[in-house]
Amino acid sequence: MVDMESAGGQPKVVTARSSGLLACRRCAKVWPAGTERCGRCGSHLHSRKPGSLSQVWAWWIAGFICYIPANLYPMLKTRMLFDVTDATIIAGALELAHHGSVFIAIIILIASVLIPLAKFGAIALLALGVGRQTRIGPGRRHVLYELVEYIGRWSMIDVFVVAILTALVQLHSVASITPGPAAIAFALSVIFTMLSAQAFDPRLIWDLDAPEPGVNEDQPPRVTSANAPVQGPAG
Amino acid sequence: MTDLDTLIACPNCDALYTVAEPDAHTRAVCTRCHTVLISPRRNAGLRVIALSSAAVILLIGASLAPFLQINVAGMSNSATIFETALAFTGGPLLLLSLAVTAMIVIVPLVRLLLILYVMIPLVRQKPPARGATGAFRLAESLRPWSMAEIFVIGCAVALVKVADLARIDFGPAFWMFLVLVGIILVQDGMMCRWSIWKALEDSRKS
Repeated sequence: MVDMESAGGQPKVVTARSSGLLACRRCAKVWPAGTERCGRCGSHLHSRKPGSLSQVWAWWIAGFICYIPANLYPMLKTRMLFDVTDATIIAGALELAHHGSVFIAIIILIASVLIPLAKFGAIALLALGVGRQTRIGPGRRHVLYELVEYIGRWSMIDVFVVAILTALVQLHSVASITPGPAAIAFALSVIFTMLSAQAFDPRLIWDLDAPEPGVNEDQPPRVTSANAPVQGPAG
Repeated sequence: MTDLDTLIACPNCDALYTVAEPDAHTRAVCTRCHTVLISPRRNAGLRVIALSSAAVILLIGASLAPFLQINVAGMSNSATIFETALAFTGGPLLLLSLAVTAMIVIVPLVRLLLILYVMIPLVRQKPPARGATGAFRLAESLRPWSMAEIFVIGCAVALVKVADLARIDFGPAFWMFLVLVGIILVQDGMMCRWSIWKALEDSRKS
């Protein structure tokens, strides 16, 4: 079998699982296999999160379903004197571009259309890549995972903008802004995709890369500091 | 058992290492997925406490003072953060209101208080407070849902959106909130999770 990762010159890494141990994902402490709860931080221990992928897909589907009305229904209802306008996310951005704020319009389009779609794609890619030899190596998939984890929360920005505008622009007869049904759909979509990303166990990315259980146990793990590598022979 | 105490597993890729505590200002990084495993700082505990206390005071102040003020054609309206958070009223939008309030005020506040609760006994070298491990675990799992910094960027976007409609002034709470976000970011970067968990465990043993 051709292993694409070791072909790249990466040495096989000893994992907690290959050493017959359980690692705590919250505090990084290592326990013998079969331990139920981490004695240091009290988290439940699993070598790999059970049912990780089904949870990922369940939240993913829920998020995607909410994302559709989020784009079809108006996000904001603006009333100025007698003129009422509804704007969906995309229409609102296009209107901003018309008024000359092209830069802001691009940012809004990226933040509320491009990034959510890219997030759905990225999570699907990660989940589909588990247990398969993919063209994208585990290193790059891991970067993708961290990106999704980091960026996920930022999509909430749209919901906050709606909240700020609604609270602020309440000028009786002159102008007022009220949220449209898309606001709640969008918020739910963001929350569900965050839960989807959190349900993913990133250790699954590396499993094909790990040595067979029991092999390589004598290879010393090492701790590398950012500046100078510190060698620590295994006990 | 003592043998396992000398090991650390990368929480993100399961790679196993022998713990070699790096000096202050250096970090132990997983060689495979580059997750930062240990990043000790000198006096980090005391600084985290100082920053968290400052953040709690700012957060309370910022929630009560006017945040943004709008002026259009001689009419004006100002909003506090709480009013913003509770902007969605009626029906299902009320749920959204509660979620927004939680994410921009309550979750950050709860996290700060939990961190103070855990860190103060640790720094004073006293045995950990009751339920400290549970408290720190909760603080950690709330981390992704604390969205104060996203709210600040949201303000900037909202300003641009209504720029041609009306004149907007920042209230005192806006500046407090801006400082608050900076403090929370610094505080977060200063906390080495592994060191705190280890300290909690060690102080419980002794």
